[in-house]
Amino acid sequence: MSEAIGHPVLDPTTALPFPQAALPVLRNPQLRKNVAHAIDVIQTKRGKVVAEKADWQELRSAAAAIRAHVLENLGTYLEQFEAQCTAAGGHVHWAADAAEARQIIRDILRNENASEVIKIKTMTSAEIQLNPYLEAAGFGVYETDLAEIILQLGNQEPSHIVVPALHINRSQVREIFAKSMERPDLSDDPHALTDVARTYLRRKFLDIPAAISGANFLIAETGGVAIVESEGNGRMCLTLPKTLITLAGIEKVLPRFADLEVMLQVLARSATGERMNPYTSLWSGVTAGDGPQSFHVVLLDNGRSSILGKTKERQTLRCIRCAACMNACPVYRQTGGHAYGSVYPGPIGAILTPQLMQMKHAQSLPYASSLCGACYEVCPVKINIPEILIDLRAQVVDQERHRLSGILNPLSLGMRVAAVLFSRAWLFHAAQRLGRLGARLFTRKDGWIHSLPSVGGKWTQTRDLRGFPPQTFHEWFQNRPARNGMEGK
Amino acid sequence: MRASLFITCYNDTLFPETGRAVVFLLERLGVHLDFHPMQTCCGQMHANTGFRTEAFSQAKRFVHLYADAENVVIPSSSCVAMIRDQYPGLFEDLGNESLRRDFVALLPRISELSEFLTDKLGVEDVGAYFPHRVTYHASCHGLRGIHLGDRPIRLLAKVRGLDFAPLPNLDRCCGFGGTFSVKNAEVSSAMMTAKLQDVLPTKAEYCTALDNSCLMHLGGAMHREYAGMKTIHMAQILASTESTPMEAFA
Repeated sequence: MSEAIGHPVLDPTTALPFPQAALPVLRNPQLRKNVAHAIDVIQTKRGKVVAEKADWQELRSAAAAIRAHVLENLGTYLEQFEAQCTAAGGHVHWAADAAEARQIIRDILRNENASEVIKIKTMTSAEIQLNPYLEAAGFGVYETDLAEIILQLGNQEPSHIVVPALHINRSQVREIFAKSMERPDLSDDPHALTDVARTYLRRKFLDIPAAISGANFLIAETGGVAIVESEGNGRMCLTLPKTLITLAGIEKVLPRFADLEVMLQVLARSATGERMNPYTSLWSGVTAGDGPQSFHVVLLDNGRSSILGKTKERQTLRCIRCAACMNACPVYRQTGGHAYGSVYPGPIGAILTPQLMQMKHAQSLPYASSLCGACYEVCPVKINIPEILIDLRAQVVDQERHRLSGILNPLSLGMRVAAVLFSRAWLFHAAQRLGRLGARLFTRKDGWIHSLPSVGGKWTQTRDLRGFPPQTFHEWFQNRPARNGMEGK
Repeated sequence: MRASLFITCYNDTLFPETGRAVVFLLERLGVHLDFHPMQTCCGQMHANTGFRTEAFSQAKRFVHLYADAENVVIPSSSCVAMIRDQYPGLFEDLGNESLRRDFVALLPRISELSEFLTDKLGVEDVGAYFPHRVTYHASCHGLRGIHLGDRPIRLLAKVRGLDFAPLPNLDRCCGFGGTFSVKNAEVSSAMMTAKLQDVLPTKAEYCTALDNSCLMHLGGAMHREYAGMKTIHMAQILASTESTPMEAFA
C-alpha cells in the first residue's frame, strides 16, 4: 500500500490505532446489532453446509496444500499465466505498487476512450484506492454490486470483505437510496430496494463501455480468470462492455483448472454458507464477436512479495478472501470492520495489513486479538492466524526495544521487569510478597480491589480484582503440616 | 503414580486455593504429588505479547526443572497450550539440539489437569460431591488449543449433587486474552459483557472453567456488577467431598 489519496478511515497510514478506532463502534448499539445479526446469519448457514461435508477437513487440507504449493512456486506460475493469457489475446501488466496499478488502469481507460467505468466488487481496488483516484482523474466510476452501490451512494466505507455493507441495515439502505435516487416514497421492503437498484444499474450496464473486476483465481494452465458472485452484476460487467480490466494480487494464481474443484467448494461454503455460489464466471483472453474485445490483467504486488520470503508469514498469502475468519472472530463481532483501519478487517486483516505496510504502520493490529483461535479453526486454507499474530507482535516488540517510547511504555517496562523476576524463584517470591503488600493499599474491606492506577486501571474500568490472598500456594505447600494422608484433614 | 505440580505463576500468587484443591484431589486419588520449589512461569505472557527472548528463557527454565519428572500436571490449559504450541518454535529458533531433545522427551509427560485425570489416571468419577448448580465455560486454549473435548463435561457429570447448566455459545471467547484485556480493555469488556449475557441466564451458582485467567476476568465483572454468581476453578469442585467441602481448601 502506498500514499493516501482518499478513504482516510481505511488507510493504514492515517488510521487511528485499533483500541481508539474501536471506541465509536462500541458506543453505537445499532451498528453492533447490525454486525452481530448479519454475522449470525452467515455463521449459521456456514455451519450447516460445512457439517454436511464429511470430508471437510480433507478439503481444507487439499486447499491449503494447493495454495502453499503455489506460493512456493509463484514466479513459475505467474509467468505461465502471463504466457497463456497473452496467447489467448489478453494483455498482462505488472504493477509493483498501488500507484503504478492506478496509472496503468487510468492509461488503459484513456487509450480505450472510456470516460466511465463499471465495477464488480473488488477489495483489491479498494486496497489501491482506485475509485477516488479515477474520479479525481475525471472518470465516472460506478459500483454494480448491491452492497457496493449502497456504500458508494451513501459515501460509506466497506466493513467486511464479502458483505461490505454488513454494518448497514435495511432501513438505513432505504434512507441512502431515497436520498441519492430522489425517491422519498421508497419503502424498506427488500424487493422495492433491489428494484430501484436494478433500474439504476440497467442503464449503466448498457451504456458504459468499460469494466473493472477483481479475480478470485487466476489459472496458470489456461491463462484464465475465475470470478464468483451472487447477484449477476458481475456476469453483466464481464460480458457487456468492450473493455475489461482485471486487477489481481499476484498471489491469486492457481496451477491448474482442476484446482478449482477444491477451491470453489471451500470458498462458497466458507464465504456465504452456500454449497455453490450463484454465478461462477470463467474466461480466458478474448473471443472474437463475443464479450469484451480488449482484455487486460493488472498483476499487483504492493507489498506481497516481501511477505513471500518468510516461511511462517507466507501462509498469509494463501488467503482466498472468504471472510470466514472475521465471521468467526469474537473481536470483529464487537467492533465491526472499520476499527481495523484497512479495507482488510478481522483476523486476516490483522495479519495482512501490517505486512503489506512492511510493518511501518498498523502496528496495533497484531494485538487486536484475544488469540482465541476461532479464525484458524474455520480457515479453509488453514492459515495459522494466531501463530502469525504472535510472530508479528514479536516484530513490533523488536522494533520498540530500540525506541525511547517503547522502552518507557509502562506495559513493556512491566514485561521486562517480569522477565527478570521469573528468572529466579527467590526474586519471584520477593515480588509476590511486595505485590501482596502493595495490593493492600488498594484492597477494600470487602477483600476486592475496585480501582488501580496506570495499566491496572484498564482492568478496573469494568472489572474488580480479588485482593491478594495472605499466602501463596508455594508458601502453603512448604508449610503444610502433613505431607501424606490428607484424607483425614 | 508420581506427578509434579506446575501451579503456574498466577495461580501461585492469586489463586492458591486452586493449587490446594489439586493437592487434595490428586492425593485422594493416590498420586504422590511433588512440587518443585524453583518453578515460576511457563513464559506464555511474554510469548503472547511478543517478548520472544524473554519467553525463551522461561521455556528453557521449565524444561530444565521438569526434565526428570515422571508426570507434570498443570491446572491451566492456556499454559499447557503454550508449552505444546509455542515451545517447539522457540526452541527451533533460539535453542540448541540438547534442549530440543529434552523437550521432546518431556512433552508426552505434560498434562492439563482434566487430561491427567481422564487419560493418565483413567478416572472420570473422582468421588466428588458438590451440591450446587454449575455452568462450565470452555476456555479457548482448552477447547481449540489442546482439544480437551468433552473431558471436563465427563468429569463434572460424575460429581454427585451437581446440577449442571449448559452454557450457550460455548465456543465463544470471553474476551480475556492475557494482555489483550488491558491493551484493548474496551473491546475485551464488550466481549465479556456478551459472554455474561450467556452465563448469567443459566442461573448457576458457580461458573467453572479449567483456567483461572478467564475466571478472574468474568468473576471480576460479576463482582463489579453484583451479579450474584461466583467463579470457581474446576479443581475445587472435583476436590470437594462430603467430608472435605470446598471450604476446607478455600
